Amino acid sequence: MALKWDSIQEGDALPELRKKPGVTQLVKYAAGGGDFNPLHHDYAFPQAKALGSIIIHGRFKYASLGELVSNWLGHAGRIRRLSCQYRGMDFPDKEFVLGGTVKRKWEENGEKLAELELRAMNEEGKDTTPGQAIVVLDA
Amino acid sequence: MAEEFEITEEMRSLIGKESPPWTYELTTTSVRGFARGVGYTDPVYFDVEAAKAAGYRNLPAPPTYLGTPVFIPGQSSDTFSGPINSAPRVEHGLTGLLDGGTETEYFGDLCAGDTLTVVSKLAGLDVRQSRSLGKMLISTTETTYTNQDGKVVAIQRGQAIFY
Repeated sequence: MALKWDSIQEGDALPELRKKPGVTQLVKYAAGGGDFNPLHHDYAFPQAKALGSIIIHGRFKYASLGELVSNWLGHAGRIRRLSCQYRGMDFPDKEFVLGGTVKRKWEENGEKLAELELRAMNEEGKDTTPGQAIVVLDA
Repeated sequence: MAEEFEITEEMRSLIGKESPPWTYELTTTSVRGFARGVGYTDPVYFDVEAAKAAGYRNLPAPPTYLGTPVFIPGQSSDTFSGPINSAPRVEHGLTGLLDGGTETEYFGDLCAGDTLTVVSKLAGLDVRQSRSLGKMLISTTETTYTNQDGKVVAIQRGQAIFY
């Protein structure tokens, strides 16, 4: 059933999205997004050696927050604004859990809007990529 | 780690200066490539019929995907794929770099088949004190995406942290 603005409540949780990208997934993202910084695929790259691992693209996590919102919307609305802050590194083959909450809903100029608070929790329970979104729902 | 750092007039004079425009493309293949890279399973980003059934004119761009810059050897960054000659370089002398955050504001839809004209500029400079990194320079870049009909479809702001 399509998502309806009338049926969402402030405080509603978005269905979680779990991700555990390995290096192959990061290579696919590099090809799809165009960021070939070796820090995200080459363990022999000096910065990766210094860190002891390659790291996940910040933009992969940003896009994953977008996927979380897209899955929730189910094309019954669109994203007006999406932002995130990069607060910590994430590593391949470690799970992170993307989640979100409806912070408020309101009407403005005849549009039905909702503001979402988003997060990406790592295995240590730290939110490495807090985010925010404003969505417009069809009805 | 910088103990003292100040934004000079020379740095400030670069604020607002626009880069030459560059062309970004959205194609069915590029949309699928991005969606696959993120790990989507939603058929709307892969199957044109599913996209049309969901009300789109073609495969829609997944959130945060704003097209792929046209790659031309010598004019494009081999590492990041964007144009080399984008936003002006701020000569600040700081060597550390962190990605602070990204914000995208949408004003229209983006679908496969669209061609975007992309211009970026340095939107702001700010100095902040960090306990662990000392004085940091926060540089905000604003990039505007205009489609083939002359409509601004998205503005993206990115924060780079130099320390």
